[in-house]
Amino acid sequence: MTTTQEHQPGHFGPYGGRFVPEALTAALDELEQAFDLACADPTFALELSELERTYTGRPSPLTFASRFSLECGGARVYLKREDLNHTGSHKINNVLGQALLTRRMGKQRVIAETGAGQHGVATATAAALMGLECTVYMGEEDTRRQALNVARMRLLGAEVVPVTAGSRTLKDAINEAMRDWVTTVERTHYVLGTVTGPAPFPRMVRHFHEVIGRETREQILAVEGRLPDAAVACVGGGSNAMGLFSGFLDDPQVQLRGYEAGGEGVATGRHASRFATGAPGVLHGARTYVMQDEWGQTMPSHSISAGLDYPGVGPEHAWLHDTGRAVYEPVDDAEAMAAFEVLCRTEGIIPAIETAHALAGAMRLGRELGPGAIIVINLSGRGDKDVATAAEWFGLPGAGA
Amino acid sequence: MSRSLAEVFDQARHEGRAALIGYLPAGFPTAQESVELIRAMVDGGVDIVEVGLPYSDPLMDGPDIQAAVEQALGGGTTTDVVLDVVEQVSAHGITAVVMTYWNPIERYGVDRFATRLAQAGGHGVITPDLTPEEAAAWIDATGRNDLDRVFLVAPSSTDARIDRVASVSSGFLYAASTMGVTGARAQVSSAAPELVERARHATDLPVCVGLGVSTGDQAAEVAAYADGVIVGSAFVRRILQAASPAEAREQVGLLAADLAEGVRRRPA
Repeated sequence: MTTTQEHQPGHFGPYGGRFVPEALTAALDELEQAFDLACADPTFALELSELERTYTGRPSPLTFASRFSLECGGARVYLKREDLNHTGSHKINNVLGQALLTRRMGKQRVIAETGAGQHGVATATAAALMGLECTVYMGEEDTRRQALNVARMRLLGAEVVPVTAGSRTLKDAINEAMRDWVTTVERTHYVLGTVTGPAPFPRMVRHFHEVIGRETREQILAVEGRLPDAAVACVGGGSNAMGLFSGFLDDPQVQLRGYEAGGEGVATGRHASRFATGAPGVLHGARTYVMQDEWGQTMPSHSISAGLDYPGVGPEHAWLHDTGRAVYEPVDDAEAMAAFEVLCRTEGIIPAIETAHALAGAMRLGRELGPGAIIVINLSGRGDKDVATAAEWFGLPGAGA
Repeated sequence: MSRSLAEVFDQARHEGRAALIGYLPAGFPTAQESVELIRAMVDGGVDIVEVGLPYSDPLMDGPDIQAAVEQALGGGTTTDVVLDVVEQVSAHGITAVVMTYWNPIERYGVDRFATRLAQAGGHGVITPDLTPEEAAAWIDATGRNDLDRVFLVAPSSTDARIDRVASVSSGFLYAASTMGVTGARAQVSSAAPELVERARHATDLPVCVGLGVSTGDQAAEVAAYADGVIVGSAFVRRILQAASPAEAREQVGLLAADLAEGVRRRPA
């Protein structure tokens, strides 16, 4: 048991819970029961770890970033290489677990929301692997920003539905996925892609990503002989961060640092900095920090990174924030893109723009902690999907042609 | 002073018919127009009005209501505007409840919202995304202000779940006829009669059926087994399609009259 385990069932302190239409209660109960039974069943763990080893390619390496370290005030920086997983991000960890659960529940169809497209691609992949029908909801704005991932999902046999409601981004894709789910719940499982949503999703999605923290802890102990001074991740909904943080929650000497999207700058109002500007409220089935106006209407979020462009955050992060166990800071678009370029040129790794927010955070933190400090960063995804956005940002020859 | 929910249901029962409940979002298409439309609804024969509180993320609603609330929010409809609409229609003797997603209440302040609603003359609140497990503060606040609390049950609800939901409900129990979002449908779900039957084992409260009812014939069908018939999207759609405010009011009145005839129809 860690210090942040749920207090009441389904809650993290005052956060989390279930704020859903009654029609979904039975499905959430069924899911919770299937998940708890699976957790107690060694054959489930075996099946999942076999998939992780032979399909995802786990364990993912921990790479010492020697040249990038020089940009981080001389702190020794390690990269947890979730970008090397099959499908190119950490998202596959959660999706394989939930796809196995879908089969155990006897359902034939999965649906998912996606922002950057990484979760949609991972879900389409698992659906193909396990012979499930798959529909992915994606904000129309995001289908444009992430056209490559739309094509990948379609190649994998998934139906991609562009969502034209509201701000046409991740939040609206979740609304639409919920509407589908409440209508088709008898044969459909909703593979929610992050540690948000009604219970049991935050606990379950975290569970499937704990492998990140477990491996990182072992790997850093093996190479450095001690725990890191800080564990760093970007935070949209917060699944990659929860996966990494879970390995160090009970080690108070390890700082936990989450970086959310500062967009065009927190002062401009065009950002996705829930902790910097939000207030506790309810969004998408859980109580958490929400960007909202004085009337409780959700405010639109903005970020160059589709995966961080979300006005809510996982409820366990809200609790870690309030208790002070983790610290969350915004990183704006420009700072993230600068870090993106630095990693490309120092390590030969093109990160996802989401991940670049964590890299920028580590550059700040490294200068604060100084030489001798050890920092692990969750390199949550690779940047192939972002090449066009980055080329345009940096004004590379041929961009926009 | 408008009649309480209990009084309205008692009278409908006395008349040997189901009550007719109509939904419209406040501020759609404007605050003043929504008051007029609600009055037209009641003049046409609606017994109880659900005043919708427009919310940015209406994940239980289909396209018609989504379009309406987007328009209402775009026009600057705030929680205070909603309460003002309730106050205005209550002043005309109309029995009104508020239908709202939970976050606007939490943000407004649970006690403050309950107090202001009671002051405005509202009789209760329907909360489609609030479950009994999360409702402790709400139960206190509504109890102190003598407001009815309407929770929902669905075809997927177990009997134990229906017991639980009914135990914290007052005014009436809202039975969602189908697994799905709001919107007019060609047929009312066959799951509804069975759900109402199960709900009757759990509670003596009136059981009202919503989701998918749009015509007098459907209202008559539902009225044969339920204490109340709830209609929302069909009203909203008529307003969306109307060419002028006058036509919208006329269409709302005509639909209300058709539905009101339906809930009074005697089984052949």
